[in-house]
Amino acid sequence: MVTLIQSTLTYMIPLMIVALAGVFAERSGIINIALDGMMIIGAFVGALFVYILQDKQFGIHLIIANGQGQWVFLIVMLLAAIAGAVFSLLLSFSAIKLKADQTIGGTALNMLAPAISLFLINMIASRPYLAADLPPWLGEGPSPYQSGTTSWFIIQNEHLKGTVLEPFFSKMYISTYITIILFVVLSVVLYKTSFGLRLRACGEHPQAADSVGINVNRMRYVGTLISGALGGFGGFLYVVYSANGAAGGDVQGAGFLALAIMIFGNWKPKGIALGSLLFGLLKCISVLYNQLDINGDGVALLANIGLPSYFYNILPFLAVLIVLAFTGKKSRAPKAEGIPYDKGMR
Amino acid sequence: MLKRFFVAVWLWLKGAGIAVAKWFKNWFVKVDGKDIIPVRIGRWFKSLFVSTNNQPPQLVVLYQKDGTKSVLSSLLCVGAGIAIGLILLILVALFSKDLQANNVFRGFFILISGVFYTGNAANMSVGFDAFQLGNYLTRVTPLILTGLSVAIAFKTGLFNIGAPGQYLMGTMASLLVAMSIPATTATAQFFVWLLALVVGVVAGMLWGCIPGAFKALLNVNEVIVCIMTNWIAGNIVTWVFSGSQFVNPKSPGFLYKTNHFGIQNPRLGMDLLFPGSWADGGIVIAIVVAVMVWVMLNKTTFGFELKACGSNRHASKYAGMNDRRNIILSMAIAGGLSALGGALYFMNGQTEFQFSTTYQTLPSVGFNGIPVALLASSHPLGVVFSAAYIAFLEVAGTKVSSFADYNEYISDLIVAVIIYFAGFSKLIKDLLSTKRRKSKQVDAVQPTTQSKEA
Repeated sequence: MVTLIQSTLTYMIPLMIVALAGVFAERSGIINIALDGMMIIGAFVGALFVYILQDKQFGIHLIIANGQGQWVFLIVMLLAAIAGAVFSLLLSFSAIKLKADQTIGGTALNMLAPAISLFLINMIASRPYLAADLPPWLGEGPSPYQSGTTSWFIIQNEHLKGTVLEPFFSKMYISTYITIILFVVLSVVLYKTSFGLRLRACGEHPQAADSVGINVNRMRYVGTLISGALGGFGGFLYVVYSANGAAGGDVQGAGFLALAIMIFGNWKPKGIALGSLLFGLLKCISVLYNQLDINGDGVALLANIGLPSYFYNILPFLAVLIVLAFTGKKSRAPKAEGIPYDKGMR
Repeated sequence: MLKRFFVAVWLWLKGAGIAVAKWFKNWFVKVDGKDIIPVRIGRWFKSLFVSTNNQPPQLVVLYQKDGTKSVLSSLLCVGAGIAIGLILLILVALFSKDLQANNVFRGFFILISGVFYTGNAANMSVGFDAFQLGNYLTRVTPLILTGLSVAIAFKTGLFNIGAPGQYLMGTMASLLVAMSIPATTATAQFFVWLLALVVGVVAGMLWGCIPGAFKALLNVNEVIVCIMTNWIAGNIVTWVFSGSQFVNPKSPGFLYKTNHFGIQNPRLGMDLLFPGSWADGGIVIAIVVAVMVWVMLNKTTFGFELKACGSNRHASKYAGMNDRRNIILSMAIAGGLSALGGALYFMNGQTEFQFSTTYQTLPSVGFNGIPVALLASSHPLGVVFSAAYIAFLEVAGTKVSSFADYNEYISDLIVAVIIYFAGFSKLIKDLLSTKRRKSKQVDAVQPTTQSKEA
């Protein structure tokens, strides 16, 4: 049960925040198909900084060995978010300033991100990936790292083992809490503040928004910037959770999944939270079905059915399709998304 | 009856003979009031550059055509991409210890010469290497077809990001047929090949129907369904082939080459043109299909309906067209095209299909159909050229990587930059036409000023 909750969270969290990233762009009127690219850039920059910081001259390995690695993690998360935001400027510049087709721009960014990452990774590391996990012990004598530590990103909290709090506070990533708080705060911002209302207005009827004095283009820049920051942040989380921080210019199409979850959630935070929970749970089952012991009798129920893993891999995608088949009629994209803002248009 | 036939032939021959004779005569003497041919050719050349008979110069007419501007803006995008590639090569060389200035020159030279580059570490040379070119053509084949797949969906206003899944389903279906039906004689093998191709295409069409049906009937965004079906297809392919008798025991994770079963694409003389390479008739089929798609889109009612649906779905519905049917059919055709690409590539006979990783990594050929279609601005014939160019860059990239510190991802970067600029193609086209419009306005203004002076 503990494993189930925790691994569901690890699959769910990056998708959830990246899907919210998509909401911020699309609600302001910019189709953000480049979520995947933003994730890749965030993952790359995050992994790169961990890679650089673990160099002996920065002494970061000592900080991590002292159990202070969470600070490093926090800083790198911030850097990844900044990288994503800067990268998103490419999209907003082409979409807003040059009024280019946003799908094409997004596709270009999706291609640009892995190309840049892999180009630089190969130059820096002379291999197609940057491993950012446990830094090598460069000091004298035996390594001070705790044995059995899988990753310094994880908070251990061994003393909570066996209590009710275990699934939520032991062996957790600090980023999980940050993401949940961020998600709630940003949802409130989107729906309960004037800024959020203005942003959404720009995605529905920009001419009307302009007529009451809202700077549509600036709102769209801001929406895309937030989107890029969240995308980069989520991308770094994705590689930390799934590959222990190794970035290879690839997030296995997670950005597209997030896009799907955003549409699935009908461009609303609540729907996204539900969608990513469903997806995360099924994804978790597909990975853990062999050892999953739901009622605690020591028998892995799903493994005994004898279906191959591919069946369980398909399940999350199939589930999304089935749910969409029933809810599709109600699905409604922001009305003005994808249309460059033209003041003269009615 | 026979006599009448001969008389008709004789009359036709006579007419033709007279016409030819007149044409030859016309080179030197005026015939039927027409000037002699050299004069007419001269006049035609003149009309290219100077305005005649109140017509603007023909070159200007050509330039003002929308198609020309599309081609020009695509070429500008390619140029911009290459320029950025050059800048990158220089930047990398600046920061690298192992690279000198002549390496930059050589890297750039390879990027431009691509498949025609035949040099090695010691010398640079350009030439016609049959092996290299033939293998390059087999790479272009699936790219043309996935590009067409994405393009036809774009024309209907749909974004077919599901090309990888359709490509995989086509590959799977056709390989299953090709490998499970035993055929010994050449004729039987040909028919098995044909059957495999058809089954593959049908499988792709059915797979493409899914997003189409979701979009048309259930109002679900096609992008999300395409993404889901991609991953489902990837898993199904690995599921179906793992542990089957088609797996090559010598290279686990790969299937047998189809020529192990005697099945391969007809060569259509390509093996003679490019001896020793993998080249096959697939490229011919792909180009023929591209022409067929162009005819379908531009010369048939159905094609018009598809484009109308793409321009404005509601307007086309109001005009009495069945928008739902058109969306589903468009996606089905798109799926069939992608599937054809997969079937042709993996029934080449020499190519091996790696089924063991498709559930984790979708084939990049499918996704590369998107830039191919975008660079061609969804024109079916343009797709042939843009696919050829993007495959060309891929080959160039792998060659550049033979230098220390340069790697093959530079070609991906260039393609990405080209596509980024392709997004501005409308802007570039507008810029190209405003220039003309300004000069025209000047022309229009001049007469009035002259009359005032008079």
